[in-house]
Amino acid sequence: MAEALRGDVMLAFAVMTAVTVAARLGGFWLMSYVPMTPRVRRMMDALPGSIIVAAALPVAVNGGPVVMFAIVAAIAATIVSRNDFIAVIVGMAVAAAARAAGIGG
Amino acid sequence: MTSGLTKAPLTKAPAYWAKDAIWPGIVAIGPMLPGTLAFGMAFGALCAQKQFSLAEVEVMMAFVYGGLSQFVAVQAWPDHLTGSSIATLALLTLTVNIRFALMSASLRPWFGTLPRWQSYPSMLLVTDGGWLAATRYRDHGGANAWFFVGGALVLYALWLVAAIPGYLLAEQLADPRKYGVDLAMPAFYAAMLVPAWKGPRRAIPWAVAGAVALGVHWLVPGWWFIIVGAISGAVSAGLMPSDGAGRETRHG
Repeated sequence: MAEALRGDVMLAFAVMTAVTVAARLGGFWLMSYVPMTPRVRRMMDALPGSIIVAAALPVAVNGGPVVMFAIVAAIAATIVSRNDFIAVIVGMAVAAAARAAGIGG
Repeated sequence: MTSGLTKAPLTKAPAYWAKDAIWPGIVAIGPMLPGTLAFGMAFGALCAQKQFSLAEVEVMMAFVYGGLSQFVAVQAWPDHLTGSSIATLALLTLTVNIRFALMSASLRPWFGTLPRWQSYPSMLLVTDGGWLAATRYRDHGGANAWFFVGGALVLYALWLVAAIPGYLLAEQLADPRKYGVDLAMPAFYAAMLVPAWKGPRRAIPWAVAGAVALGVHWLVPGWWFIIVGAISGAVSAGLMPSDGAGRETRHG
């Protein structure tokens, strides 16, 4: 049986945790030094949508036809149902069904 | 509550704590729960294949708490940990998780009005799903901090539990793609864009963010595309002239 908690693995986890905590707290901390001018306010307003698009678009484009089709299906489901839950289920189901049917990607 | 009557006030209400937002906060992250469970199970299965102990997996779930970064790190896990391989894992984790810095930065106008001993611990709970739901709530004028923290604590608890069945059922769950689990987060992101749509002019920064992210993804290996794209989008919004109408209603 493997050792329950290996020392070197714990060290690696500690470093990964430190980096992640620094990211979570660092952005919040840095913004305390940025005055809320109207320009900064416009940037902050645009930030959430920009994060969403920047994180999802390359994944969609490079994910191949199955991923793209699943994301389009999720957007369509949101527009029709206005329900995020249905959108996520539709997205996952479309991808799972397409892959089960042997379509790659 | 005086500014609550104006449409899209420039200065939104400061944060406060009232327990009536806990349940709505949990309902708002509801769509994330099946995907989080499936993702956590798939991660547990991957860790079992990579010979981690269940105790180690739980330590990672509890402390690192970044699903995508954990997946990327464990997939790249070296056979023998050395100083340089740990540094490589740290850099990999940083590139995947640096988006949390942007997310917590965007929560500053809201949570920055709380005492530090409340706001900083809250930021430790920032994840994609919790942040997305809270952002939409804030966009509609919400200010109750429990909305974010309540939903985020449920996501955290589910994440801790999810790896266990995955670890124990490793063989059946090794390929999360078979169940479309890799689509849970992109689908939720896409669903969030629909209500965020406020006309083509407000979407110009999104187009900038998307174009830059695609370019960086193509040119630079790794996960830098998220942060470079997102910052480009925000900066482009700052460079655009103010869109006036309705946005500049400032109340003292």
